[in-house]
Amino acid sequence: MKTFKLATALVASVALPAAAFATDLEVTHWWTSGGEAAAVAELANAFNAAGDNWVDGAIAGGGSTARPIMISRITGGDPMGATQFNHGQQALELVEAGLMLDLTDVAEAEGWKDKVFPPSLLDACTVDGRIYCAPVNIHSPEWLWLSNQAYADAGLPVPANWTEFVASGPQLEAAGKIPLALGNQAWQSNLAFNAITVAVAGLDVWKQVNVDKNMDVAAGPEMAAVFTAVGDARKLAANSTVQDWNQATNLVLNGQAGGQIMGDWAQGEFQVAGKVAGTDYTCLPGLGLNAYLSTGGDAFYFPKNRSADVEAAQKRLAALLVSPEVQVAFNLKKGSLPIRGDIDLEAANDCMKKGLEVLASGNLVPSGDMSWSPDVVKQNEDLMVEFFKSGMAPETAHQQWVSNLESGL
Amino acid sequence: MAEARRVNRMWRNMNAKIAAVPMILTTLVVFVGGTAWTVLYSFTDSKLLPRERFVGFDQYERLWSNSRWLTSIENLMIYGVLSLVFTIVIGFLLAVAMDQKIRFEDTFRTIMLYPFALSFIVTGLVWQWILNPEFGIQSIVRGLGWESFTFNPLNNPDLVLYGLLIAGLWQGTGFVMCLMLAGLRGIDEDIWKAARVDGIPTWKTYIQIILPMMRPVFITTLVIVAAGIIKLYDLVVAQTSGGPGNASQVPAMYVYDYMFQAQNLGQGFAASTMMLLTVLIVLIPWAYLEFGGKKHG
Repeated sequence: MKTFKLATALVASVALPAAAFATDLEVTHWWTSGGEAAAVAELANAFNAAGDNWVDGAIAGGGSTARPIMISRITGGDPMGATQFNHGQQALELVEAGLMLDLTDVAEAEGWKDKVFPPSLLDACTVDGRIYCAPVNIHSPEWLWLSNQAYADAGLPVPANWTEFVASGPQLEAAGKIPLALGNQAWQSNLAFNAITVAVAGLDVWKQVNVDKNMDVAAGPEMAAVFTAVGDARKLAANSTVQDWNQATNLVLNGQAGGQIMGDWAQGEFQVAGKVAGTDYTCLPGLGLNAYLSTGGDAFYFPKNRSADVEAAQKRLAALLVSPEVQVAFNLKKGSLPIRGDIDLEAANDCMKKGLEVLASGNLVPSGDMSWSPDVVKQNEDLMVEFFKSGMAPETAHQQWVSNLESGL
Repeated sequence: MAEARRVNRMWRNMNAKIAAVPMILTTLVVFVGGTAWTVLYSFTDSKLLPRERFVGFDQYERLWSNSRWLTSIENLMIYGVLSLVFTIVIGFLLAVAMDQKIRFEDTFRTIMLYPFALSFIVTGLVWQWILNPEFGIQSIVRGLGWESFTFNPLNNPDLVLYGLLIAGLWQGTGFVMCLMLAGLRGIDEDIWKAARVDGIPTWKTYIQIILPMMRPVFITTLVIVAAGIIKLYDLVVAQTSGGPGNASQVPAMYVYDYMFQAQNLGQGFAASTMMLLTVLIVLIPWAYLEFGGKKHG
């Protein structure tokens, strides 16, 4: 191993002068489903076209599998060129420990402050006034995806909101469909819970709980109603046995399931399968009850490297990711919303346009990832996956949920 | 007098002792040192990176009031007891069957030992597919005509542990069989002859004479199997990822998830310290039986 490293170092020292302007940059991310891979290829192509070399480091298994690998590589002294994280607290301690490259000069040169919209995205990248990440997209998890085919098969109209969806559940089930497709992984149960919270309890309650961290509201009757609603969702998802989110989306795609609560990244799967929004599938932001979306998303962080060449390449990539052309190409494939307010997504389909409208109208809430530590998020994930797959009473889950939040105060 | 002899013994065989120094150092620094460090930091509120802010037993209090941890411990106990009993009983019975001077013994032994050559990850995936209702046992039996046949343990919170157990037994019994077979082969032929002369039936010979003679083999097997059970992780990750819900969670998964996903090292360290305690509970009686007993006996 050592000889190998030495040999690579020697080869690199010989090859470096010749290739001073084409730097290899390893980029790790967890975008591996069909739609995601197509989107990431746009980033790689743009970076390669600009004269550098994108070395793809995709890690399969979703963010919860990928993040530990990324973090241990960074803390273990084997940093990659760039890595994906979600906005917010996931990389906070790495930044505080001085392991991430400061991008403030890039941000100032490119004028990110004026262009990134909503500004909360850039705030999530800012620690002590310095900017440490380049946001690439806005994702909102509060969407209900419905299969028009499943409803046609059952002879029912496509529901217009969550309440109608719940009411149609028994008839769908009688027609041999799974009413609600839900992957078994813990984060998906938690996502469904958060989406139902925004939809059923509304913006005020969400903000009081997640921003002001008011524990009285968290323990109050509005949240109790949310837990009852999640109990309804649990009954609808009882027959769903898939693991990954895209397998669940696939059930909706081919009409085996009525609907799925999933973020707008599910859009990419419909797109790859050649389905048309409005005729093949229907999307309801905020589950059709409260058209509020939380603006989480993905951002790229650039771990500190020793080589000055790599650092220059990292800054080139950071600038590129936020540039208008890349934003349009990437987000159209990904099904997510661009992070700039000054570009036009003409090619956007129905669902993305709905999202853009919500974004423009300012009906935005901060996402849970931004306001709670990964520790709290993980505890809630554990709780929700248990709740969805067992007979736990909504009241018990509610109490446990409040004490989970309290551990993060 | 005794003093002098002890000094002599210390200086004897110096080459071997010097050769062992690197290993001893590794053990002290990596194993003992790492363990001590982990235990120490389990009393801090370390998040993603370790830091020395001590909080007493807070992490342990939280650990023992966490329902996922309690489920993990319960699962481990159920799985552990069943797995221990079944691997040893089945392994011993298979070894006895093998020991009847049967034809093609080598072939059978190889077949029995093959599952052990597979990693737990492969075992878990294979059994996940076999137990999958869409294309596993359930669909085969339904294809044969029993339309209403249901066998779906991995998606049933009450049965999922037994789904894991089947896979674990399939993987582990062959190895236990080999250990037992080695033990049986170590029994002197004359004992069998003597038993036959005395007219003792074969089954009685096995239970009353052979079993007690195989005590060291049983104890070794017990420790190997028990240690494997406590660190059970990869099988569960591959087969069920802890689901459905938290129904098949095990302590090692809790440690990993809280150290790396939840970025809460303190909590993960507290959980791994508890796992260490469990291992010690298994190992100390064994060490006493193996090493302590002999001096007096």
